[in-house]
Amino acid sequence: MTFSPALEARFAKLLTIYPEGRQRSAVVPMLMYAQDEVGCVTRELVEEVARRCGVQPMQVDEVIGYYSMLHTKPLGKYHIQVCTNISCLLTGGEELYEHAKKTLGIGNKEVTPDGLFSLEEVECMGACSWAPAVEVNYDFHHHVTCEKLDRLIEDLRKLK
Amino acid sequence: MLYNEPNPLETRVLTKRFGIPNSEKAEVYVANGGYQAFLKATGMPPEKIIEEVKVSNLRGRGGAGFPTGLKWSFVPRTSPKPKYLICNADESEPGTCKDRLLMEYDPHQLIEGMLIGGLAVDSHKGYIYIRGEYRYLITMMEHAIDDAYAHGWLGKNIQGTGFDFDLYVHTGAGAYECGEETALLDSIEGKRGVPRMKPPFPAVAGAWGCPTLLNNVETYSAVPNIIRDGGAAFAALGTPKNGGTRLVCLSGHVNKPGVYEIPLGYPMLEFIEKFGGGVRGGKKLKAVIPGGSSCPVLTASECDIIMDYDTLAKAGSMLGSGGMVVIDEDTCMVKAALRIMRFYAHESCGWCVPCREGTTWLRKMLQRFHDGMGQASDIPIIGQVSKNMLGRTFCALGDAAAMPTISIVEKFREEFEAHLDGRPCPYEHKPAMALA
Ligand SMILES: Cc1cc2nc3c(=O)[nH]c(=O)nc-3n(C[C@H](O)[C@H](O)[C@H](O)COP(=O)(O)O)c2cc1C
Ligand code: FES
Repeated sequence: MTFSPALEARFAKLLTIYPEGRQRSAVVPMLMYAQDEVGCVTRELVEEVARRCGVQPMQVDEVIGYYSMLHTKPLGKYHIQVCTNISCLLTGGEELYEHAKKTLGIGNKEVTPDGLFSLEEVECMGACSWAPAVEVNYDFHHHVTCEKLDRLIEDLRKLK
Repeated sequence: MLYNEPNPLETRVLTKRFGIPNSEKAEVYVANGGYQAFLKATGMPPEKIIEEVKVSNLRGRGGAGFPTGLKWSFVPRTSPKPKYLICNADESEPGTCKDRLLMEYDPHQLIEGMLIGGLAVDSHKGYIYIRGEYRYLITMMEHAIDDAYAHGWLGKNIQGTGFDFDLYVHTGAGAYECGEETALLDSIEGKRGVPRMKPPFPAVAGAWGCPTLLNNVETYSAVPNIIRDGGAAFAALGTPKNGGTRLVCLSGHVNKPGVYEIPLGYPMLEFIEKFGGGVRGGKKLKAVIPGGSSCPVLTASECDIIMDYDTLAKAGSMLGSGGMVVIDEDTCMVKAALRIMRFYAHESCGWCVPCREGTTWLRKMLQRFHDGMGQASDIPIIGQVSKNMLGRTFCALGDAAAMPTISIVEKFREEFEAHLDGRPCPYEHKPAMALA
Protein backbone atom coordinates (compact mmCIF):
# COMPACT_ATOMS: atom_id res chain seq x y z
CA MET A 1 0.00 0.00 0.00
CA THR A 2 1.09 3.55 -0.53
CA PHE A 3 -0.10 6.56 1.37
CA SER A 4 0.00 10.31 0.93
CA PRO A 5 3.49 11.85 1.15
CA ALA A 6 2.61 13.42 4.50
CA LEU A 7 1.57 10.09 5.96
CA GLU A 8 4.59 8.31 4.48
CA ALA A 9 6.80 10.92 6.16
CA ARG A 10 5.01 10.35 9.46
CA PHE A 11 5.46 6.60 9.14
CA ALA A 12 9.13 6.96 8.34
CA LYS A 13 9.60 9.09 11.44
CA LEU A 14 7.56 6.74 13.62
CA LEU A 15 9.90 3.89 12.79
CA THR A 16 12.86 5.88 14.10
CA ILE A 17 11.56 7.27 17.39
CA TYR A 18 11.36 4.04 19.39
CA PRO A 19 14.42 2.12 20.57
CA GLU A 20 16.13 -0.18 18.11
CA GLY A 21 14.13 -3.38 17.61
CA ARG A 22 11.04 -1.95 19.31
CA GLN A 23 9.17 -0.88 16.19
CA ARG A 24 6.08 -2.69 17.41
CA SER A 25 5.51 0.54 19.36
CA ALA A 26 4.58 2.24 16.09
CA VAL A 27 1.62 -0.08 15.42
CA VAL A 28 -1.11 1.92 17.18
CA PRO A 29 0.05 5.37 15.99
CA MET A 30 0.27 4.07 12.41
CA LEU A 31 -3.23 2.62 12.57
CA MET A 32 -4.60 5.82 14.09
CA TYR A 33 -3.23 8.03 11.35
CA ALA A 34 -3.74 5.58 8.49
CA GLN A 35 -7.40 4.92 9.25
CA ASP A 36 -8.15 8.61 8.69
CA GLU A 37 -6.76 8.32 5.19
CA VAL A 38 -7.96 4.81 4.30
CA GLY A 39 -11.38 5.25 5.92
CA CYS A 40 -11.00 2.44 8.44
CA VAL A 41 -8.64 -0.32 9.48
CA THR A 42 -8.90 -2.71 6.52
CA ARG A 43 -7.36 -6.17 6.19
CA GLU A 44 -4.86 -4.76 3.77
CA LEU A 45 -3.89 -2.02 6.22
CA VAL A 46 -3.39 -4.53 9.03
CA GLU A 47 -0.97 -6.48 6.88
CA GLU A 48 0.81 -3.38 5.68
CA VAL A 49 1.31 -2.04 9.22
CA ALA A 50 2.46 -5.47 10.38
CA ARG A 51 4.99 -5.61 7.57
CA ARG A 52 6.31 -2.13 8.22
CA CYS A 53 6.66 -2.69 11.96
CA GLY A 54 8.07 -6.17 11.61
CA VAL A 55 5.33 -7.91 13.58
CA GLN A 56 2.78 -10.62 12.83
CA PRO A 57 -0.61 -9.44 11.50
CA MET A 58 -2.14 -11.18 14.50
CA GLN A 59 -0.25 -8.82 16.81
CA VAL A 60 -1.89 -5.94 14.99
CA ASP A 61 -5.32 -7.59 15.18
CA GLU A 62 -4.82 -7.97 18.89
CA VAL A 63 -4.73 -4.24 19.53
CA ILE A 64 -7.58 -3.34 17.21
CA GLY A 65 -10.19 -4.94 19.43
CA TYR A 66 -8.79 -3.16 22.46
CA TYR A 67 -8.70 0.50 21.47
CA SER A 68 -12.07 2.17 21.03
CA MET A 69 -10.84 4.65 18.43
CA LEU A 70 -9.68 2.02 15.95
CA HIS A 71 -12.49 1.19 13.55
CA THR A 72 -12.74 -1.76 11.18
CA LYS A 73 -15.82 -0.31 9.48
CA PRO A 74 -15.97 3.15 7.92
CA LEU A 75 -17.48 5.91 10.03
CA GLY A 76 -19.49 8.75 8.62
CA LYS A 77 -17.57 11.61 7.07
CA TYR A 78 -18.45 13.49 10.24
CA HIS A 79 -18.24 11.32 13.30
CA ILE A 80 -20.31 12.96 16.03
CA GLN A 81 -19.25 11.93 19.50
CA VAL A 82 -21.48 13.00 22.37
CA CYS A 83 -20.18 12.67 25.91
CA THR A 84 -22.69 11.52 28.52
CA ASN A 85 -20.23 10.98 31.35
CA ILE A 86 -20.73 12.58 34.74
CA SER A 87 -20.00 16.28 34.12
CA CYS A 88 -21.83 16.21 30.80
CA LEU A 89 -24.67 14.16 32.28
CA LEU A 90 -25.22 16.86 34.91
CA THR A 91 -25.40 19.58 32.29
CA GLY A 92 -27.58 17.93 29.68
CA GLY A 93 -25.33 15.47 27.84
CA GLU A 94 -27.94 12.76 27.87
CA GLU A 95 -30.64 14.98 26.41
CA LEU A 96 -28.13 16.08 23.81
CA TYR A 97 -27.33 12.51 22.85
CA GLU A 98 -31.04 11.60 22.57
CA HIS A 99 -31.56 14.68 20.45
CA ALA A 100 -28.66 13.73 18.17
CA LYS A 101 -30.14 10.27 17.68
CA LYS A 102 -33.46 11.77 16.64
CA THR A 103 -31.99 14.45 14.39
CA LEU A 104 -29.70 12.06 12.58
CA GLY A 105 -32.13 9.14 12.66
CA ILE A 106 -29.41 6.71 13.74
CA GLY A 107 -28.34 4.96 16.91
CA ASN A 108 -25.05 4.46 18.67
CA LYS A 109 -22.18 3.62 16.31
CA GLU A 110 -24.45 3.78 13.26
CA VAL A 111 -23.89 5.64 10.00
CA THR A 112 -26.49 7.63 8.04
CA PRO A 113 -27.39 6.05 4.67
CA ASP A 114 -25.60 8.84 2.79
CA GLY A 115 -22.44 8.10 4.76
CA LEU A 116 -22.23 11.71 5.90
CA PHE A 117 -22.72 11.22 9.66
CA SER A 118 -22.08 8.64 12.30
CA LEU A 119 -22.91 8.90 15.98
CA GLU A 120 -21.27 7.61 19.10
CA GLU A 121 -22.04 7.98 22.79
CA VAL A 122 -18.59 8.46 24.28
CA GLU A 123 -16.96 8.58 27.66
CA CYS A 124 -15.35 11.67 29.18
CA MET A 125 -13.22 13.42 26.60
CA GLY A 126 -11.58 16.02 28.77
CA ALA A 127 -13.98 18.91 28.34
CA CYS A 128 -15.82 18.57 31.64
CA SER A 129 -15.52 22.19 32.72
CA TRP A 130 -17.07 23.30 29.43
CA ALA A 131 -19.76 20.64 29.35
CA PRO A 132 -21.76 19.33 27.69
CA ALA A 133 -19.21 18.51 25.04
CA VAL A 134 -19.28 17.05 21.57
CA GLU A 135 -16.36 16.11 19.36
CA VAL A 136 -16.83 16.00 15.60
CA ASN A 137 -13.98 13.98 14.21
CA TYR A 138 -11.18 15.74 16.10
CA ASP A 139 -12.88 19.09 16.70
CA PHE A 140 -14.15 19.93 20.15
CA HIS A 141 -17.40 21.80 20.73
CA HIS A 142 -18.11 23.11 24.20
CA HIS A 143 -21.28 24.17 26.03
CA VAL A 144 -23.35 22.47 23.34
CA THR A 145 -27.13 22.81 23.39
CA CYS A 146 -29.66 20.99 21.20
CA GLU A 147 -30.02 24.14 19.06
CA LYS A 148 -26.27 24.51 18.69
CA LEU A 149 -25.99 20.87 17.68
CA ASP A 150 -28.73 21.28 15.06
CA ARG A 151 -26.93 24.27 13.61
CA LEU A 152 -23.65 22.39 13.58
CA ILE A 153 -25.21 19.44 11.76
CA GLU A 154 -26.84 21.78 9.23
CA ASP A 155 -23.52 23.52 8.58
CA LEU A 156 -21.75 20.21 8.06
CA ARG A 157 -24.51 19.07 5.68
CA LYS A 158 -23.95 22.17 3.57
CA LEU A 159 -20.21 21.65 3.59
CA LYS A 160 -20.72 18.02 2.53
CA MET B 1 -8.78 32.33 23.52
CA LEU B 2 -9.16 30.66 26.90
CA TYR B 3 -12.05 28.27 27.46
CA ASN B 4 -13.25 30.06 30.56
CA GLU B 5 -12.62 33.44 32.12
CA PRO B 6 -9.70 33.28 34.55
CA ASN B 7 -10.58 34.37 38.08
CA PRO B 8 -8.61 37.23 39.67
CA LEU B 9 -8.36 35.18 42.86
CA GLU B 10 -6.27 32.51 41.16
CA THR B 11 -2.65 31.93 42.15
CA ARG B 12 -1.13 31.68 38.73
CA VAL B 13 2.10 29.73 38.82
CA LEU B 14 1.69 27.04 36.17
CA THR B 15 -0.87 29.06 34.27
CA LYS B 16 0.84 32.44 34.40
CA ARG B 17 1.66 32.38 30.70
CA PHE B 18 -1.79 31.19 29.62
CA GLY B 19 -3.21 33.37 26.91
CA ILE B 20 0.09 34.61 25.47
CA PRO B 21 -0.21 34.18 21.69
CA ASN B 22 2.07 31.76 19.79
CA SER B 23 2.77 29.66 22.85
CA GLU B 24 4.16 26.87 20.66
CA LYS B 25 7.13 29.08 19.75
CA ALA B 26 10.24 28.53 21.83
CA GLU B 27 11.19 32.20 21.41
CA VAL B 28 7.93 33.33 22.96
CA TYR B 29 8.55 31.01 25.90
CA VAL B 30 12.09 32.29 26.35
CA ALA B 31 10.92 35.90 26.11
CA ASN B 32 8.57 35.15 29.01
CA GLY B 33 11.16 33.68 31.32
CA GLY B 34 11.14 30.18 29.87
CA TYR B 35 13.98 27.64 29.81
CA GLN B 36 15.89 29.58 32.50
CA ALA B 37 15.16 26.84 35.03
CA PHE B 38 16.62 24.23 32.70
CA LEU B 39 19.81 26.26 32.29
CA LYS B 40 20.00 26.66 36.05
CA ALA B 41 19.50 22.91 36.50
CA THR B 42 22.38 22.09 34.14
CA GLY B 43 24.64 23.71 36.72
CA MET B 44 23.21 21.65 39.58
CA PRO B 45 24.23 18.13 40.58
CA PRO B 46 21.32 15.71 39.90
CA GLU B 47 20.95 15.00 43.62
CA LYS B 48 20.40 18.70 44.19
CA ILE B 49 17.67 18.85 41.53
CA ILE B 50 15.89 15.92 43.16
CA GLU B 51 16.37 17.53 46.57
CA GLU B 52 14.68 20.74 45.37
CA VAL B 53 11.73 18.74 44.07
CA LYS B 54 11.52 16.94 47.41
CA VAL B 55 11.62 20.22 49.31
CA SER B 56 8.83 21.60 47.13
CA ASN B 57 6.43 18.95 48.47
CA LEU B 58 5.17 18.48 44.94
CA ARG B 59 2.91 15.44 44.74
CA GLY B 60 1.81 13.64 41.60
CA ARG B 61 -1.08 15.41 39.91
CA GLY B 62 -2.19 12.32 37.95
CA GLY B 63 -4.34 11.00 40.76
CA ALA B 64 -2.35 9.10 43.34
CA GLY B 65 -0.55 12.10 44.85
CA PHE B 66 2.75 10.29 45.31
CA PRO B 67 5.63 12.60 46.36
CA THR B 68 7.38 13.48 43.11
CA GLY B 69 10.90 14.00 44.45
CA LEU B 70 10.80 10.62 46.13
CA LYS B 71 9.70 8.97 42.89
CA TRP B 72 12.57 10.66 41.05
CA SER B 73 15.01 9.31 43.61
CA PHE B 74 13.87 5.74 42.91
CA VAL B 75 15.21 5.79 39.34
CA PRO B 76 18.62 4.11 39.35
CA ARG B 77 20.45 6.90 37.54
CA THR B 78 23.71 4.99 37.33
CA SER B 79 22.06 1.97 35.67
CA PRO B 80 23.88 1.05 32.45
CA LYS B 81 20.50 0.62 30.73
CA PRO B 82 18.95 3.54 28.89
CA LYS B 83 16.47 5.40 31.05
CA TYR B 84 13.23 6.79 29.65
CA LEU B 85 11.05 9.68 30.61
CA ILE B 86 7.34 9.37 30.00
CA CYS B 87 4.69 12.00 30.39
CA ASN B 88 1.20 10.75 31.08
CA ALA B 89 -1.12 12.90 28.99
CA ASP B 90 -3.86 10.31 28.74
CA GLU B 91 -6.18 12.52 30.82
CA SER B 92 -9.29 10.34 30.94
CA GLU B 93 -10.48 10.43 34.53
CA PRO B 94 -14.05 11.76 34.25
CA GLY B 95 -14.15 15.35 35.48
CA THR B 96 -10.56 16.13 34.48
CA CYS B 97 -9.61 18.59 31.74
CA LYS B 98 -6.48 20.44 32.84
CA ASP B 99 -3.56 18.68 31.13
CA ARG B 100 -5.19 19.74 27.92
CA LEU B 101 -4.76 23.40 28.86
CA LEU B 102 -1.17 22.97 30.02
CA MET B 103 -0.24 21.51 26.63
CA GLU B 104 -2.27 23.98 24.63
CA TYR B 105 -1.23 27.19 26.40
CA ASP B 106 2.26 26.42 27.62
CA PRO B 107 3.74 23.40 25.83
CA HIS B 108 7.32 24.51 26.42
CA GLN B 109 6.79 24.57 30.17
CA LEU B 110 6.08 20.84 29.91
CA ILE B 111 9.09 20.30 27.65
CA GLU B 112 11.28 22.18 30.11
CA GLY B 113 9.94 20.14 33.03
CA MET B 114 10.80 16.95 31.17
CA LEU B 115 14.28 18.25 30.33
CA ILE B 116 14.90 18.86 34.02
CA GLY B 117 13.58 15.37 34.77
CA GLY B 118 16.03 14.04 32.20
CA LEU B 119 18.91 15.82 33.93
CA ALA B 120 17.81 14.46 37.29
CA VAL B 121 17.66 10.80 36.32
CA ASP B 122 20.18 10.82 33.47
CA SER B 123 17.66 10.12 30.74
CA HIS B 124 18.05 11.25 27.17
CA LYS B 125 14.79 10.19 25.61
CA GLY B 126 11.25 11.08 26.48
CA TYR B 127 7.75 10.37 25.23
CA ILE B 128 4.52 12.23 25.81
CA TYR B 129 1.63 9.78 25.70
CA ILE B 130 -1.39 11.82 24.63
CA ARG B 131 -4.88 10.40 24.44
CA GLY B 132 -6.06 9.87 20.87
CA GLU B 133 -9.06 12.18 21.22
CA TYR B 134 -6.63 15.08 21.72
CA ARG B 135 -5.42 14.97 18.12
CA TYR B 136 -5.26 18.76 17.86
CA LEU B 137 -2.99 18.80 20.91
CA ILE B 138 -0.79 16.11 19.45
CA THR B 139 -0.31 18.36 16.45
CA MET B 140 0.33 21.41 18.65
CA MET B 141 2.76 19.51 20.84
CA GLU B 142 4.58 18.29 17.73
CA HIS B 143 4.91 21.86 16.52
CA ALA B 144 6.25 22.98 19.89
CA ILE B 145 8.76 20.12 19.93
CA ASP B 146 9.88 20.87 16.36
CA ASP B 147 10.38 24.48 17.33
CA ALA B 148 12.35 23.49 20.43
CA TYR B 149 14.64 21.42 18.20
CA ALA B 150 14.96 24.28 15.74
CA HIS B 151 16.07 26.62 18.53
CA GLY B 152 18.40 24.20 20.21
CA TRP B 153 16.25 23.39 23.24
CA LEU B 154 16.02 19.72 22.28
CA GLY B 155 18.43 17.40 20.49
CA LYS B 156 22.17 17.11 20.81
CA ASN B 157 24.25 19.32 23.09
CA ILE B 158 21.35 21.53 24.12
CA GLN B 159 22.46 25.21 24.23
CA GLY B 160 26.06 24.04 24.45
CA THR B 161 25.50 22.40 27.83
CA GLY B 162 26.57 18.97 26.60
CA PHE B 163 23.18 17.52 27.53
CA ASP B 164 21.29 15.54 24.87
CA PHE B 165 17.57 14.96 24.98
CA ASP B 166 15.10 13.73 22.38
CA LEU B 167 11.38 14.11 22.89
CA TYR B 168 8.52 12.50 20.97
CA VAL B 169 4.77 12.32 21.05
CA HIS B 170 2.93 8.99 21.12
CA THR B 171 -0.81 8.87 20.42
CA GLY B 172 -3.22 6.75 22.41
CA ALA B 173 -6.27 5.31 20.71
CA GLY B 174 -9.13 5.48 23.16
CA ALA B 175 -8.73 3.54 26.41
CA TYR B 176 -9.06 4.95 29.92
CA GLU B 177 -7.03 2.06 31.29
CA CYS B 178 -3.96 3.27 29.38
CA GLY B 179 -3.73 6.14 31.87
CA GLU B 180 -2.71 3.61 34.50
CA GLU B 181 1.06 3.77 34.43
CA THR B 182 1.89 0.13 33.75
CA ALA B 183 -0.92 -0.30 31.22
CA LEU B 184 0.45 2.82 29.55
CA LEU B 185 3.82 1.12 29.29
CA ASP B 186 2.31 -1.92 27.58
CA SER B 187 0.40 0.43 25.32
CA ILE B 188 3.49 2.38 24.30
CA GLU B 189 5.15 -0.95 23.52
CA GLY B 190 2.41 -1.57 20.95
CA LYS B 191 0.32 -3.98 22.94
CA ARG B 192 -3.12 -4.00 24.51
CA GLY B 193 -3.00 -1.74 27.53
CA VAL B 194 -3.26 -4.15 30.43
CA PRO B 195 -1.63 -3.45 33.78
CA ARG B 196 1.55 -5.15 34.94
CA MET B 197 2.30 -6.79 38.22
CA LYS B 198 4.02 -4.36 40.64
CA PRO B 199 6.78 -4.51 41.80
CA PRO B 200 8.90 -3.96 39.84
CA PHE B 201 7.76 -0.36 39.61
CA PRO B 202 8.32 1.59 36.39
CA ALA B 203 11.19 3.51 38.01
CA VAL B 204 13.16 0.25 37.96
CA ALA B 205 11.65 -1.69 35.06
CA GLY B 206 9.38 0.42 32.90
CA ALA B 207 9.27 1.06 29.18
CA TRP B 208 10.96 -1.74 27.22
CA GLY B 209 12.17 -3.15 30.52
CA CYS B 210 14.29 -0.09 31.31
CA PRO B 211 14.15 2.35 34.23
CA THR B 212 11.42 4.86 33.50
CA LEU B 213 10.33 8.09 35.12
CA LEU B 214 6.62 8.54 34.59
CA ASN B 215 4.70 11.62 35.64
CA ASN B 216 1.56 13.49 34.79
CA VAL B 217 1.58 16.62 32.57
CA GLU B 218 0.85 18.95 35.47
CA THR B 219 3.54 17.36 37.63
CA TYR B 220 6.26 17.94 35.02
CA SER B 221 4.87 21.40 34.28
CA ALA B 222 5.34 22.41 37.93
CA VAL B 223 9.04 21.54 37.90
CA PRO B 224 10.50 24.58 36.05
CA ASN B 225 8.83 26.85 38.62
CA ILE B 226 10.32 24.82 41.45
CA ILE B 227 13.84 24.94 40.07
CA ARG B 228 13.64 28.61 39.13
CA ASP B 229 12.23 29.92 42.43
CA GLY B 230 13.40 27.14 44.72
CA GLY B 231 11.50 24.23 46.24
CA ALA B 232 10.80 26.12 49.45
CA ALA B 233 8.91 28.88 47.63
CA PHE B 234 6.67 26.33 45.92
CA ALA B 235 6.11 24.44 49.15
CA ALA B 236 5.15 27.66 50.93
CA LEU B 237 2.21 28.17 48.57
CA GLY B 238 0.46 25.09 49.94
CA THR B 239 0.07 23.32 53.26
CA PRO B 240 2.65 21.07 54.99
CA LYS B 241 3.46 18.03 52.78
CA ASN B 242 1.14 19.44 50.09
CA GLY B 243 3.21 21.91 48.14
CA GLY B 244 2.27 24.43 45.52
CA THR B 245 -0.79 25.13 43.47
CA ARG B 246 -2.89 22.92 41.31
CA LEU B 247 -5.34 23.26 38.47
CA VAL B 248 -8.80 22.37 39.68
CA CYS B 249 -11.32 21.44 36.99
CA LEU B 250 -14.63 22.67 38.33
CA SER B 251 -17.65 21.18 36.58
CA GLY B 252 -21.27 20.24 37.14
CA HIS B 253 -23.92 22.42 38.71
CA VAL B 254 -22.07 25.68 39.26
CA ASN B 255 -22.59 29.07 37.67
CA LYS B 256 -19.02 29.42 36.44
CA PRO B 257 -17.47 26.06 35.69
CA GLY B 258 -13.88 26.22 34.57
CA VAL B 259 -10.28 25.29 35.27
CA TYR B 260 -8.76 27.46 38.00
CA GLU B 261 -5.31 27.38 39.59
CA ILE B 262 -5.42 27.59 43.38
CA PRO B 263 -2.97 26.81 46.17
CA LEU B 264 -3.31 23.47 47.92
CA GLY B 265 -5.30 23.96 51.08
CA TYR B 266 -7.93 26.29 49.62
CA PRO B 267 -11.31 25.88 51.35
CA MET B 268 -13.71 23.83 49.24
CA LEU B 269 -16.94 25.70 49.88
CA GLU B 270 -15.24 29.03 49.36
CA PHE B 271 -13.89 27.72 46.06
CA ILE B 272 -17.37 26.73 44.91
CA GLU B 273 -18.68 30.17 45.87
CA LYS B 274 -15.87 32.47 44.81
CA PHE B 275 -14.73 30.65 41.69
CA GLY B 276 -17.79 28.68 40.71
CA GLY B 277 -20.18 31.49 41.50
CA GLY B 278 -22.17 29.13 43.69
CA VAL B 279 -24.57 26.36 42.79
CA ARG B 280 -26.52 27.01 39.61
CA GLY B 281 -30.06 28.34 39.77
CA GLY B 282 -29.80 29.10 43.49
CA LYS B 283 -30.18 25.39 44.21
CA LYS B 284 -28.79 23.66 47.27
CA LEU B 285 -25.59 21.69 47.17
CA LYS B 286 -26.11 17.95 47.49
CA ALA B 287 -22.70 16.42 46.94
CA VAL B 288 -19.21 16.96 45.57
CA ILE B 289 -16.92 14.57 43.78
CA PRO B 290 -13.62 16.16 44.82
CA GLY B 291 -11.07 14.81 42.35
CA GLY B 292 -12.41 12.79 39.44
CA SER B 293 -15.15 10.16 39.32
CA SER B 294 -13.08 7.54 41.13
CA CYS B 295 -13.13 9.50 44.38
CA PRO B 296 -15.61 8.80 47.16
CA VAL B 297 -18.41 11.36 47.05
CA LEU B 298 -18.70 13.96 49.82
CA THR B 299 -22.11 15.10 51.06
CA ALA B 300 -22.73 18.83 51.30
CA SER B 301 -22.16 18.74 55.05
CA GLU B 302 -18.75 17.13 54.56
CA CYS B 303 -17.51 19.86 52.23
CA ASP B 304 -16.49 22.37 54.86
CA ILE B 305 -12.82 21.40 54.53
CA ILE B 306 -9.66 22.64 52.90
CA MET B 307 -8.46 20.95 49.74
CA ASP B 308 -5.18 19.15 50.12
CA TYR B 309 -4.28 15.48 49.82
CA ASP B 310 -4.13 14.76 53.53
CA THR B 311 -7.32 16.59 54.49
CA LEU B 312 -9.27 14.85 51.75
CA ALA B 313 -7.88 11.50 52.86
CA LYS B 314 -8.97 12.25 56.41
CA ALA B 315 -12.44 13.05 55.09
CA GLY B 316 -12.50 9.58 53.52
CA SER B 317 -12.00 10.76 49.96
CA MET B 318 -9.18 11.87 47.65
CA LEU B 319 -7.90 14.95 45.91
CA GLY B 320 -7.30 12.69 42.90
CA SER B 321 -6.79 14.29 39.51
CA GLY B 322 -8.32 17.67 40.33
CA GLY B 323 -11.64 16.98 38.62
CA MET B 324 -14.17 18.50 40.99
CA VAL B 325 -17.80 17.81 40.18
CA VAL B 326 -20.52 19.77 41.96
CA ILE B 327 -23.90 18.08 42.28
CA ASP B 328 -27.11 19.94 43.18
CA GLU B 329 -30.16 18.87 45.16
CA ASP B 330 -32.16 17.88 42.06
CA THR B 331 -29.75 15.14 41.02
CA CYS B 332 -30.53 11.46 41.40
CA MET B 333 -27.55 9.88 43.11
CA VAL B 334 -28.58 6.40 41.93
CA LYS B 335 -28.32 7.68 38.40
CA ALA B 336 -24.95 9.29 39.14
CA ALA B 337 -23.71 5.99 40.59
CA LEU B 338 -25.03 4.15 37.55
CA ARG B 339 -23.36 6.47 35.06
CA ILE B 340 -20.06 6.25 36.89
CA MET B 341 -20.27 2.45 36.96
CA ARG B 342 -21.21 2.28 33.28
CA PHE B 343 -17.94 4.05 32.60
CA TYR B 344 -15.77 1.72 34.67
CA ALA B 345 -17.50 -1.38 33.31
CA HIS B 346 -16.87 -0.13 29.79
CA GLU B 347 -13.25 0.72 30.52
CA SER B 348 -12.27 -2.34 32.55
CA CYS B 349 -9.60 -4.00 30.46
CA GLY B 350 -10.82 -7.44 31.50
CA TRP B 351 -7.42 -8.60 32.63
CA CYS B 352 -8.46 -9.50 36.15
CA VAL B 353 -11.69 -11.16 37.18
CA PRO B 354 -12.84 -9.07 40.20
CA CYS B 355 -12.78 -5.88 38.15
CA ARG B 356 -14.21 -7.28 34.93
CA GLU B 357 -17.03 -9.19 36.62
CA GLY B 358 -17.55 -6.78 39.49
CA THR B 359 -18.02 -3.69 37.36
CA THR B 360 -20.33 -5.55 34.95
CA TRP B 361 -22.58 -6.90 37.70
CA LEU B 362 -22.65 -3.59 39.48
CA ARG B 363 -23.64 -1.83 36.29
CA LYS B 364 -26.48 -4.29 35.77
CA MET B 365 -27.67 -4.01 39.36
CA LEU B 366 -27.58 -0.23 39.35
CA GLN B 367 -29.40 -0.11 36.03
CA ARG B 368 -32.10 -2.41 37.34
CA PHE B 369 -32.39 -0.26 40.43
CA HIS B 370 -32.70 2.95 38.54
CA ASP B 371 -35.30 1.34 36.27
CA GLY B 372 -37.45 0.75 39.36
CA MET B 373 -36.94 -2.99 39.60
CA GLY B 374 -34.52 -3.01 42.50
CA GLN B 375 -35.12 -4.91 45.70
CA ALA B 376 -34.26 -3.80 49.20
CA SER B 377 -31.78 -6.66 49.47
CA ASP B 378 -29.87 -5.30 46.44
CA ILE B 379 -28.73 -2.25 48.39
CA PRO B 380 -26.30 -4.06 50.69
CA ILE B 381 -25.26 -6.36 47.82
CA ILE B 382 -24.17 -3.38 45.73
CA GLY B 383 -22.05 -2.25 48.66
CA GLN B 384 -20.63 -5.73 49.23
CA VAL B 385 -19.73 -6.44 45.63
CA SER B 386 -17.93 -3.10 45.51
CA LYS B 387 -16.02 -3.82 48.69
CA ASN B 388 -14.99 -7.19 47.29
CA MET B 389 -13.20 -5.46 44.43
CA LEU B 390 -11.20 -3.17 46.70
CA GLY B 391 -7.54 -4.07 46.72
CA ARG B 392 -8.12 -7.29 44.79
CA THR B 393 -7.21 -6.14 41.32
CA PHE B 394 -3.97 -5.72 39.35
CA CYS B 395 -4.43 -1.98 39.05
CA ALA B 396 -6.53 0.63 40.78
CA LEU B 397 -9.35 0.64 38.22
CA GLY B 398 -11.27 -1.79 40.42
CA ASP B 399 -10.84 0.55 43.38
CA ALA B 400 -11.77 3.50 41.20
CA ALA B 401 -15.09 1.84 40.42
CA ALA B 402 -15.72 0.63 43.95
CA MET B 403 -14.94 3.76 45.95
CA PRO B 404 -17.57 6.17 44.59
CA THR B 405 -20.17 3.40 44.62
CA ILE B 406 -19.56 2.46 48.23
CA SER B 407 -19.77 6.09 49.27
CA ILE B 408 -23.00 6.73 47.37
CA VAL B 409 -24.67 3.61 48.78
CA GLU B 410 -23.62 4.52 52.30
CA LYS B 411 -24.36 8.22 52.19
CA PHE B 412 -27.45 8.28 49.99
CA ARG B 413 -29.18 5.08 50.98
CA GLU B 414 -32.54 6.81 51.19
CA GLU B 415 -32.33 7.63 47.48
CA PHE B 416 -31.95 3.95 46.70
CA GLU B 417 -34.93 3.23 48.91
CA ALA B 418 -36.95 5.87 47.09
CA HIS B 419 -36.59 3.80 43.91
CA LEU B 420 -38.01 0.61 45.48
CA ASP B 421 -41.35 -1.06 44.75
CA GLY B 422 -41.51 0.06 41.16
CA ARG B 423 -41.63 3.75 42.07
CA PRO B 424 -40.39 5.98 39.28
CA CYS B 425 -37.14 7.86 39.83
CA PRO B 426 -38.14 10.89 41.92
CA TYR B 427 -35.81 13.11 39.95
CA GLU B 428 -36.68 12.04 36.43
CA HIS B 429 -38.92 15.04 35.75
CA LYS B 430 -35.98 17.37 36.30
CA PRO B 431 -33.99 17.26 33.12
CA ALA B 432 -30.50 18.68 33.42
CA MET B 433 -30.96 20.77 30.30
CA ALA B 434 -33.79 22.79 31.82
CA LEU B 435 -31.23 24.35 34.08
CA ALA B 436 -28.82 25.35 31.36
C1 LIG C 1 -7.32 3.31 35.88
C2 LIG C 1 -6.32 4.42 36.05
C3 LIG C 1 -6.31 5.47 35.15
C4 LIG C 1 -5.38 6.50 35.27
N1 LIG C 1 -5.40 7.52 34.36
C5 LIG C 1 -4.47 8.51 34.46
C6 LIG C 1 -4.44 9.56 33.51
O1 LIG C 1 -5.26 9.62 32.59
N2 LIG C 1 -3.47 10.51 33.62
C7 LIG C 1 -2.54 10.46 34.63
O2 LIG C 1 -1.65 11.32 34.68
N3 LIG C 1 -2.55 9.49 35.55
C8 LIG C 1 -3.48 8.51 35.48
N4 LIG C 1 -3.47 7.49 36.41
C9 LIG C 1 -2.41 7.49 37.44
C10 LIG C 1 -1.14 6.85 36.91
O3 LIG C 1 -1.19 5.45 37.11
C11 LIG C 1 0.09 7.37 37.60
O4 LIG C 1 -0.07 7.27 38.99
C12 LIG C 1 0.46 8.81 37.28
O5 LIG C 1 0.44 9.06 35.91
C13 LIG C 1 1.83 9.11 37.84
O6 LIG C 1 2.17 10.45 37.65
P1 LIG C 1 2.19 11.49 38.85
O7 LIG C 1 2.99 10.87 39.98
O8 LIG C 1 2.84 12.67 38.29
O9 LIG C 1 0.77 11.71 39.25
C14 LIG C 1 -4.43 6.46 36.32
C15 LIG C 1 -4.46 5.42 37.23
C16 LIG C 1 -5.40 4.41 37.11
C17 LIG C 1 -5.40 3.30 38.11
S1 FES D 1 -17.61 14.30 31.42
FE1 FES D 1 -18.03 14.89 29.39
S2 FES D 1 -16.12 15.69 28.81
FE2 FES D 1 -15.67 15.00 30.82
